[in-house]
Amino acid sequence: MTTIPRQPRLSERRRASGIRRGEAASGWLFTAPMLILLGLFLVIPVLMALWVSFSDWSGRGSPFAGSVGFVGFDNYAALLGGGGLAEQDFGTALKNNAWYVVLVVPLQTAVALFLAVMVNRQILKGRGFFRTAFYFPSVTSSVAITVLWLFLFNSTGAVNKLLSFVGVTGPNWFNDPAGILHFGVTTGPAFLENSTALGIPLWDWLGGPSVAMTAFVLLAIFTTSGTFMLLFIAALQNLNGEVFEAAEMDGASGWQRFWRVTLPQLRPTLFTVLTLGLIGCWQVFDQIYTGTRGAPGKTTLTPAYLSYQAAFQDQQWGQGAAIAFLLFVIIVLFTLLQRWVLSEKKVSKRRLRAYRLPETEGGVVAPTGEIRTKERP
Amino acid sequence: MQRRTSRWLAAGALAASGALALTACGSGFSSGGGDDSGALTSSNKALSVLIGSSGDAETTAVKAAVADWSSSSGTKATVSAASDLAQQLAQGFSSGKPADVFYLSTDALAGFASNGSLLAYGDKLSNKDDFYPSLVKSFTYDKKFYCAPKDFSTLALEINTDMWKAAGLTDADVPTTWDQLETVAKKLTTAGHVGLGIGGEYARVGAFMTQAGGNLMNADSTKATADSAANVTALDYVKKLENDGTLKFAKDLGAGWGGEAFGKGLAAMTIEGNWITGGLQADYPDVKYTIVPLPKGPAGAGTLQFTNCWGIAADSPNQKAALALVEKLTSADDQLAFSKAFGPMPSIQSAAADWKKANPTLVPFLDAADYAKGVPTAKGAADVVTDFNSKIESLATSDPKTILEATQKNLEALVK
Repeated sequence: MTTIPRQPRLSERRRASGIRRGEAASGWLFTAPMLILLGLFLVIPVLMALWVSFSDWSGRGSPFAGSVGFVGFDNYAALLGGGGLAEQDFGTALKNNAWYVVLVVPLQTAVALFLAVMVNRQILKGRGFFRTAFYFPSVTSSVAITVLWLFLFNSTGAVNKLLSFVGVTGPNWFNDPAGILHFGVTTGPAFLENSTALGIPLWDWLGGPSVAMTAFVLLAIFTTSGTFMLLFIAALQNLNGEVFEAAEMDGASGWQRFWRVTLPQLRPTLFTVLTLGLIGCWQVFDQIYTGTRGAPGKTTLTPAYLSYQAAFQDQQWGQGAAIAFLLFVIIVLFTLLQRWVLSEKKVSKRRLRAYRLPETEGGVVAPTGEIRTKERP
Repeated sequence: MQRRTSRWLAAGALAASGALALTACGSGFSSGGGDDSGALTSSNKALSVLIGSSGDAETTAVKAAVADWSSSSGTKATVSAASDLAQQLAQGFSSGKPADVFYLSTDALAGFASNGSLLAYGDKLSNKDDFYPSLVKSFTYDKKFYCAPKDFSTLALEINTDMWKAAGLTDADVPTTWDQLETVAKKLTTAGHVGLGIGGEYARVGAFMTQAGGNLMNADSTKATADSAANVTALDYVKKLENDGTLKFAKDLGAGWGGEAFGKGLAAMTIEGNWITGGLQADYPDVKYTIVPLPKGPAGAGTLQFTNCWGIAADSPNQKAALALVEKLTSADDQLAFSKAFGPMPSIQSAAADWKKANPTLVPFLDAADYAKGVPTAKGAADVVTDFNSKIESLATSDPKTILEATQKNLEALVK
């Protein structure tokens, strides 16, 4: 997925000729080491895994041995409609991870942008200190942070202690499988309980992340915001000051300058951050592996961890590989969707009105960033 | 466009040729190996031993025992402790160069046995009849006795003696029935701690099932018996204690496992195996406790047992030496030395008397071997148990029958 806008080609030469004849060969020669490395450690393993996902390989000997059979879409069928435990587990994992993505991606992007704007201000003293402080969680190993989190969110840990000061009895974080959107209700209406998707009742799909997963959501926001803050800072420093001056001269308020001038210029970075966030969130593994291993009540099971478990613990290698490729498809679809959402579109007439001077006088900005123009008689 | 297509073609060709090259190497691995001809491979190659160690004490003890065997047999052997045993075993089997001898859990047996990775050497052991029959059953898959049980553990009831006395209870009050357990649990429950704190999982709650005469599967793990009336009785009983507030799961007490809840003084009694002695000694040396057998249920005495075995790889080039090593490691002398070093109980009956003499306070654990039941070993059973565990966690608010019926359905799918 490239973020570089398409540039017009200077020359579309079909055939190398004359003095430049040897260039193609040397080009291939120079890139060969990287191509071989990529092929050997990336392309071929991916293709092997693809084959495994269509085979009944049991994990012994080579997956290309004669005894390994092609089973078509059997592994995928078991996950997407087998009606057994495999389908339920996959459904559970998807549900958990979907809620994780829904919460983490927007929040971490917003927090990262907010932090970047804050530490980018010339006025702020000790900017270097704050930048380092915010970036620090990102450079710490995720295992260490997970262990720290397990301590903080223990039922008698620091977070609950803090909550008790304001009179709130904190939940038993990493052991609470209750969905946060269920608000303590244990059984839902019959039509939600009885209709299922991927073996999981709709009532559970709608339940939101479990309390345990929420702790992981906070963990992810805490650790990744710093990384993305760095990307935003870099982008902010690249912006042309003259544009802001011009906006100021035109009478745009600070709030308007942010939404109407800064943010649109950050679109490429926003795309990068959202894409990286999306991919990272769908692949969440190490926190689960070191933290809860799917517990409590399978509410922190994620497709990546399920794939590992199916392959290495249960010797269901085909299913494990199939999960990985389904995950790949999901990530690609989401990235395409988001690319479409963020693409430059023609400014609609409704939006254009906001920029027309005669009709607007001191537009009021709604929290969503839309400018509602005050109509005057 | 022309150019782009040809580039894709080139990439495709590269990938295809790469895959072909790998196929070629792949066929280099022998795909046989797990033959049932009965002849063991033999060579002068060194043995590698892979263990899932609980700590330095265990690693050192196994290393010493293996070095001892090496010097007497003349075959070199190296011991390495795995950081993730299942994963490292799987990698070894798929590469065709597995460790020769390794720890194997009951969970992993069916998976590795069904894909032919394991050598079924059980019947060739010279000390075969000395192992407890129920342990042999745990390592029998598809009617073949696969591997020698390494050692085993059972569950018993641990009682905090200080809390016991504070509640005005005496030795005569030690519970031997479910009713008595309920009574003492009530008396032991105070504002600071609950009467009984156990892990909220099959591996603890299952003991009640065996006392009621049930279990998730039959002894051979060939038939699902999860939805039996006995199991419902057992879960109803646990649920009742939970709702009375006299029993709590360790996680609800803010502890990782029963031993932690017990050690921290959050529970006056717990149900754990013999590993708890080491854990308490290391982390909570001041806690005074006594160990008694689990109370009898409607169907008499019952408990669960847990065990590991010494697996031998079908691809090992030196199975003969591996078998000799395993026979040595499961001998009474070695098992008693292991027990002294890191606490498990010997898997052979001839070592029982010596072990009891050496560990008088732990006798209830070994006595339980007579009536202990194994955990399900069918392929995929571990997943079903995990699913069952996730439902048991919320037992207090759910219907035992529904939980057991769902588990029954999942288990039936395994043995179909």
